Amino acid sequence: MALTTDPVTTEAATTKDATFVAPGRAGSVVQVKARYENFIGGAWVPPVKGQYMTDLSPVNGQPICEVARSTAEDVELALDAAHAAKDAWGESSLTERAAVLNAIADRIEENLEMLAVAETWENGKPVRETLAADIPLAVDHFRYFAGATRSLEGRTTEIDKDTVAYHFHEPLGVVGQIIPFNFPLLMAAWKIAPALAAGNCTVVKPASPTPWSILKLAEVIGDVVPPGVLNVVTGPGAEIGKALATSPRIAKIGFTGETTTGRLIMQYAAENIIPSTVELGGKSPNIFFADVMEEDDEYLDKAVEGLVLYAFNKGEVCTCPSRALIEESIYDRFMERALERIRAIRQGDPLDLATMIGPQVSRQQIEKIASYVDIGRQEGAEVLIGGERAHLGGEFEDGYYFEPTVLKGHNDMRVFQEEIFGPVLAVTTFKDEAEAVEIANDTLYGLGAGVWTRNGNRAYRMGRAIKAGRVWTNCYHLYPAGAAFGGYKISGVGRENHAMMLEHYSQTKNVLVSYSTSPLGFF
Amino acid sequence: MTGLRAEPRVVATAAAQRAVAALVAERGPVMFFQSGGCCDGSLPMCFAEGEFRLGGRDVHLGDVAGAPFYIDGRQFERWAHTQLIVDVGEGEPEGFSLPAGDGHFILRSRVFGPGEDVAPAHLHDEKQRSTP
Repeated sequence: MALTTDPVTTEAATTKDATFVAPGRAGSVVQVKARYENFIGGAWVPPVKGQYMTDLSPVNGQPICEVARSTAEDVELALDAAHAAKDAWGESSLTERAAVLNAIADRIEENLEMLAVAETWENGKPVRETLAADIPLAVDHFRYFAGATRSLEGRTTEIDKDTVAYHFHEPLGVVGQIIPFNFPLLMAAWKIAPALAAGNCTVVKPASPTPWSILKLAEVIGDVVPPGVLNVVTGPGAEIGKALATSPRIAKIGFTGETTTGRLIMQYAAENIIPSTVELGGKSPNIFFADVMEEDDEYLDKAVEGLVLYAFNKGEVCTCPSRALIEESIYDRFMERALERIRAIRQGDPLDLATMIGPQVSRQQIEKIASYVDIGRQEGAEVLIGGERAHLGGEFEDGYYFEPTVLKGHNDMRVFQEEIFGPVLAVTTFKDEAEAVEIANDTLYGLGAGVWTRNGNRAYRMGRAIKAGRVWTNCYHLYPAGAAFGGYKISGVGRENHAMMLEHYSQTKNVLVSYSTSPLGFF
Repeated sequence: MTGLRAEPRVVATAAAQRAVAALVAERGPVMFFQSGGCCDGSLPMCFAEGEFRLGGRDVHLGDVAGAPFYIDGRQFERWAHTQLIVDVGEGEPEGFSLPAGDGHFILRSRVFGPGEDVAPAHLHDEKQRSTP
């Protein structure tokens, strides 16, 4: 999530080589408790069965802390708290709701550096990203929905001169929200902000590999949110994710993750007859037309960086531009520049401001990435750079690092068809605009896409022809609040990141009023 | 075309077979569904049999230690040239899948060789019809 606000300048960030002290160590901006409980009803509540699990940092593979290994009983406790709070919160004035959202934003902003460092330690993403993108975007997201809810209007229709249809937005009540591991705090903000803005209470389940930074967020904002409006329960997906998604006590389920769980979530929602929003990933094409090389200028430099953005957040992005389609006539020259830029990627301690790529989030993910590079090789893809697990030595030897990798091949290969969720780019060429569209759309997914051209007409045509929910044009990885985000095809159902979410988190109440005194005359 | 020695579309390592057997002993029959997409996408997800609602376009690729293994028919079209090898990785599953002992199920793959005799795959519905 690249810059959408001014680059953040903190005291530490002014020195380019600064390295933050790891959370929990002397001098760190982040305090770490040995153990965290669930955040329920505005208080820290131990798990009913008293079980805890260890949260590891991907940076060095070492424990950060213990978090609750919750069970279905804890989900029930959270649902109790949410239901107890829902009437008062649902009836709160827009002024009050917006004030709470703005207070959340202010608290996050006041703790920006702390949360950025915590998020980096939890997920492995470079602190230069969390400081400049993840956390500022989360702040902005709460402010956006504070404003959006103030401007949301119901419609009134004069059916005839004596009959009026009033439409009110009413909260759904209590919702369940399951957060992915790739942007633990920002994706939590994307889900929590619209739910609360629309007057709902929520039970949030963080991803299993990344429970802790959301608990740090709860520490920071816990006292500005009325008790029970926001609840966080940590634990395994198969246990508490399922308990939450199948509960008849939720009125909507929001999920970001993979397709099988997405189908399962929709299946559970069908059983309870509730709506679901699912965002399930993609295999986003990033398309470079020959005219990007017409000049050797700042724009070309931007386009080259646009290709290298596949390594942003180590490729752990649903919209990772993981398929680069390059017009044949510029392939050699363009890739030469891109590979030069990729070779210059600094991999290392993500708490170092100079680091551009950190470790993958977990052992599970790095195994998966390695298995994909293996199958790419079997399928005949050419490894242009990288391809191996990176061993950085010293403290980071056990961190889950993978070399930024580029595979050249063709679109039928599995490495072109499946989200690898790592710093692995699959690159191929196209002959003309028609073939670019054909390759771009030859995928089961349709979440994101990038188009790079100096020709505005072509950019427009491509933007409309690509079957994806978001087509970045002469940019990539911008995620400003107010730009709708969501998938075509099997990338999911629903949108996030836009005021339309308020509708998704509301019931429509129609009050149909007759101001006439005349009987209908049927009986 | 496909003889008795046809290469299965899905196989399991010894570790995966042991894990499936242990799961079945502990909680009864299980099933696999191959995932795709974000986060844990590309992992084989293991559920109690019947937990995951199959659709008519889902494909039954074969069985893993007696547990049926399915994949979305559209995904199968793009994966058909590869053999799926279910294995066990370290660490608990990150998503909704049942664990493989202390670890989780992972997938490796092998590209079928030219002319290799590959077992047929059936639509889930066809399998139901052909099963007495």
